[in-house]
Amino acid sequence: MKTAVPRLVEVRRSVLKQNDLIAAMLRERFHGAGVRAVSLVSSPGSGKTALLEKTLTVLTKNHRVAALVGDLATENDATRLRRSQAPVRQIVTGTVCHLDAGMVRDALEGWKLEELDYLFIENVGNLVCPSSYDLGEELRAVLLSVTEGEDKPLKYPTIFDSADVAVVTKVDLAPAVEFDWDAVRRNIAAVRPGMEVLGVSAKTGEGFDDWMGCLTRF
Amino acid sequence: MHELSIAISLVEAAEEEAAKHGAASVSAVHLRLGPLSGVAKEALLFSYDLATEGTALAGSRLLIEDAPVEVFCTSCGERRPIRSLQAFSCAACGTPATEIVQGRELEVVGLEIDS
Repeated sequence: MKTAVPRLVEVRRSVLKQNDLIAAMLRERFHGAGVRAVSLVSSPGSGKTALLEKTLTVLTKNHRVAALVGDLATENDATRLRRSQAPVRQIVTGTVCHLDAGMVRDALEGWKLEELDYLFIENVGNLVCPSSYDLGEELRAVLLSVTEGEDKPLKYPTIFDSADVAVVTKVDLAPAVEFDWDAVRRNIAAVRPGMEVLGVSAKTGEGFDDWMGCLTRF
Repeated sequence: MHELSIAISLVEAAEEEAAKHGAASVSAVHLRLGPLSGVAKEALLFSYDLATEGTALAGSRLLIEDAPVEVFCTSCGERRPIRSLQAFSCAACGTPATEIVQGRELEVVGLEIDS
């Protein structure tokens, strides 16, 4: 009988290869169709849906926009976002704490991407897990509300590393919570040197021009 | 925590690679893990046994090699470590670092197999 010979073989294989392949395919499709894909990541309750609702409402005047929104449960966010008149699909992840590229691909089924200018993807509220998954987006915005504390970037450096722009939300509340702009800018620069930082209020519209400018620039 | 999802992807990746090398069984999987991958080492180790249950990798060990963050420092003109994730700058000269050359790894680099 032949005895088994134990040996060590060298391989080089990304654990998320499958996700990355789908993400690369999505990126190519978005590019080919001329659609700008923007994803939003943040902790729960920092105002992703409010920012998106306002963004969709403003953009639908002159652009063709659609959104995918991820949550563990409920269609609530999709229902809210549909008030903007933009097509919206909810991705219900069940117990999964993040979106992956396959979920995005499946949710896009039947949509004609070439008929869109912008596609927004709102991730599940979570500052940890979404950082591992490329969704094929061109721009990833990480949101941080003024009520969360200026040290969030120091506590969650990985999500800031994975994003392209930081958006401070609920700036209308900044005076009430004595929000320290210098500290937040310093903390973001400490974990991600050179990252652009915007401040917006979905309620008052403050800073929206900068946000719109960011969406058209990238 | 998404390490169970990651562990399941890891098992699928390792099984595919093992099959390519004609492995009869796998006794260990070597993984390189960087802190910017967003994956926690302890949670991944914890999830590994669950994820391998009932697969060709059941009973195998997961050996994790750290891939600390390294950047290309434009001031030093060299590859350097950083001060910390909370001070993303060259450990040698303090220049803010933007060019990451290592630290995002989440990859299988070796398999101990019987064939």
